[in-house]
Amino acid sequence: MSQPDVKTPLAQHTVAHAWSRFDEADVQGLNAFLALDRDAAASGVEGTLAGIPVAIKDNLATLTLPTTCASRVLEGYVSPFEATAVRKLRDAGAVVIGKTNMDEFAMGSSTENSAYGPTLNPLDRSRVPGGSSGGSAAAVASGVVRLALGSETGGSVRQPAAFCGIVGVKPTYGRVSRYGLVAYASSLDNVGVFGATVAEAALGLETISGHDHFDSTSADLPVPSMVPAAASGERPLAGLVVGKPREYFPDNLDPRIAAHCERALQQLIALGAEVRDVSLPSTDLAVPVYYIIAPAEASSNLARYDGVRYGARVEADNLRSMYEGSRSKGFGEEVTRRILLGTYVLSAGYYDAYYKRAQAVRTLITQEFASVFASGVHLLFTPTTPTPAFRLGELSDPYEMYLSDIFTVTANLAGVPAMSQPIGLVDGLPVGGQFMAPHFDEPTMFRAAAALEASLSIEEATA
Amino acid sequence: MSVTPEDVRHVATLARLGLSEGQIPALVQQLNGILGHMDVLQQVDVSGVPLTPPDQAAPLRPDARPADVLLRSREAFAPAMRDGFFLVPRLTTHGAQGASADEGDAA
Repeated sequence: MSQPDVKTPLAQHTVAHAWSRFDEADVQGLNAFLALDRDAAASGVEGTLAGIPVAIKDNLATLTLPTTCASRVLEGYVSPFEATAVRKLRDAGAVVIGKTNMDEFAMGSSTENSAYGPTLNPLDRSRVPGGSSGGSAAAVASGVVRLALGSETGGSVRQPAAFCGIVGVKPTYGRVSRYGLVAYASSLDNVGVFGATVAEAALGLETISGHDHFDSTSADLPVPSMVPAAASGERPLAGLVVGKPREYFPDNLDPRIAAHCERALQQLIALGAEVRDVSLPSTDLAVPVYYIIAPAEASSNLARYDGVRYGARVEADNLRSMYEGSRSKGFGEEVTRRILLGTYVLSAGYYDAYYKRAQAVRTLITQEFASVFASGVHLLFTPTTPTPAFRLGELSDPYEMYLSDIFTVTANLAGVPAMSQPIGLVDGLPVGGQFMAPHFDEPTMFRAAAALEASLSIEEATA
Repeated sequence: MSVTPEDVRHVATLARLGLSEGQIPALVQQLNGILGHMDVLQQVDVSGVPLTPPDQAAPLRPDARPADVLLRSREAFAPAMRDGFFLVPRLTTHGAQGASADEGDAA
């Protein structure tokens, strides 16, 4: 697909179209948005996204709409500065029409942990849209916008993209500035992009990428063209080696999801790619590692919500009671649980056994990715999630919920780019296929994903 | 390693979270359930493995440019301010009842 083909559907979806769609009966009640700017209008900027409506996850700082992270502790808070990714979208002419619902402080995989109620999956209202960026995913899947920003710490863009049947991208750590992204786990957090198509998601990511003085972890590298060119010839992926890591296809994987992945892999072969079996032996350790490191970093990052400088305060007659009252009243159950977990694994007597060991295993996971990519494999292909969207309230055990991230957390731990795109249906619900690429090789990932998107029919599983 | 009710009270104190006694049993059960899945990491040989991959150490940059400009005053979002300072209630160590041993840390 050429760039003009990308821009045409985007340009045709104006702000007026967004509101028209938003007001339709099948969109009402999804609870995808926490705040709307009904007066938002094209700025007149002649950029690549001129006049295009976009939705922003509520943990990215915006100047005119509140930024609450779906938490009572930040209820009504309006940031005095703007996230770099949001500014870049606006500089390209995009129009921010609203802030989207999410799991509180991005802690969750279903958007059920929002203080403002869950978002419903537009494809089946009895099911979750995934999370934590479920509101942005629902905004795109319902057709209100074609482009939205989310954030990723362990799969919070790719998993909801898979559950909602759209495209979701997590860039290389450092590709996009985290300035203005409310911190959850700083070594894992990324700003991500949802798109209606691969090319549109690529254009969105290209727009927000680049070095930023205000984020010392943003990479000082040129931003390549990411929008894939139109595929040419019968074998446009000739020369591309796609690895199929066996640990992502365990014996207990839903055979219908395995069948969809196999069909996609066969299509990649038909497009000229070579598919090679590879191994990432420490994959099973990724969820335990992630759920030590992420809560540990969260326990530090969320210490700032103490009722002193901003956010909710519970009045008390002494400082300690004010801290404890403000935080207890402001944080929901999952956030409280993760702060306690993170504080525990960092505390004296447990730091070496949990946090330090998890960091070392994270290094092993990162080294395994590097080794596979150094062996001549250009991309990896896996399922995005082990199941399609689950029902609201279906997963009540915290660790059971954590396991829904089993195929996505590895990319965050290793810092590599990854994306999900629709590859089929199971009982009418979308299934996502995931590409992962070496650091800063988003263009190759988008090229393969676009070729697959253009040639793979989205059909019901037959396995 | 098993989390006890006292452990939960201790980390809640460290994290400045005010938990009710009624919350403790469920949190003990949940944290033990979660941490039980982490025990698999104890079986991994990590001798000689660095805590950060050599090429992924957090980069530093010169602190050479001013901070971003705030487009709203602190008074617009602070719970309480006076004369440019954030206002907070006093420490319990300053003459009130119930001062705890680690209260000084909060200051």
